[in-house]
Amino acid sequence: MITCSEAVKQLWDYLDGVVEESQRELVEEHLSFCRRCCGELEFAEELREFLASNADDDLAPEVRARLTATLDGLDRA
Amino acid sequence: MRDHAPTDTQDAVRERFQALAERELSRLYGIARRLVGDDAEDVVQECLLRAYRNFAQLENEAAGKHWLTSILVNCARDQWRARGRRVETVELDEVDEFSLFRKIADEDPFPYSDSVHLDFLHQFGSEDVRAVLTSLPELYRVPLVLVHMAGYHVKEVAFMHEVPLGTMLARLHRGRKLFERELWGYAEENGLLKEGARP
Repeated sequence: MITCSEAVKQLWDYLDGVVEESQRELVEEHLSFCRRCCGELEFAEELREFLASNADDDLAPEVRARLTATLDGLDRA
Repeated sequence: MRDHAPTDTQDAVRERFQALAERELSRLYGIARRLVGDDAEDVVQECLLRAYRNFAQLENEAAGKHWLTSILVNCARDQWRARGRRVETVELDEVDEFSLFRKIADEDPFPYSDSVHLDFLHQFGSEDVRAVLTSLPELYRVPLVLVHMAGYHVKEVAFMHEVPLGTMLARLHRGRKLFERELWGYAEENGLLKEGARP
């Protein structure tokens, strides 16, 4: 059995699939009866999606033009 | 073996590099924006020049995407060093106990909401997220950006930085916790904890 504090420390790693099998089982056992940690887990998933959804940036045409000019002038740099 | 005049060979190499770089330009710029904010263009430019100088070292062009990302991260790091920023570490105890989930539940900033946690996140635009990210120490920001925004596996990031997986996992853990804490702090400072603060 693990405590809420121990479970919460591992939730992101659990989502990333990088906890060891024995720890994974302990986390899942804890989640099976702890509603608050299930909420923590759900929120960790939302935060992951939130980060991923803020990952893209449109490359402004003027920035692209300057970077492309760098590529065009590579042998002169 | 085909015989190339030296200039032909150089042209061919440059064209191969340009094709690779152009494919990766948007992605590199997106990562750079999150690592160095407004200096992204300078860092990407330096990355392109440095990568071209070392293009001959890239043995497998299929690995070009990761290779360019490694160079970009090094360029960002060099820029931080040039600006005199020290590598700042954070004691785990300082942040480990912070839970944004609990903080939002306890403070209940949107009392009439049925989805207070999501509503909290929806207050943040891309610029806000970037501002929070760039406020984090580089040591934690880099893995956070590479894993959760650029789609790298933490093992790849550990390999890229030549550190053990356990070390990178610890940095990533601290980065997430710091990000949670800074999100809350940013929301407080910028008046985002009010119903209708953002349309």
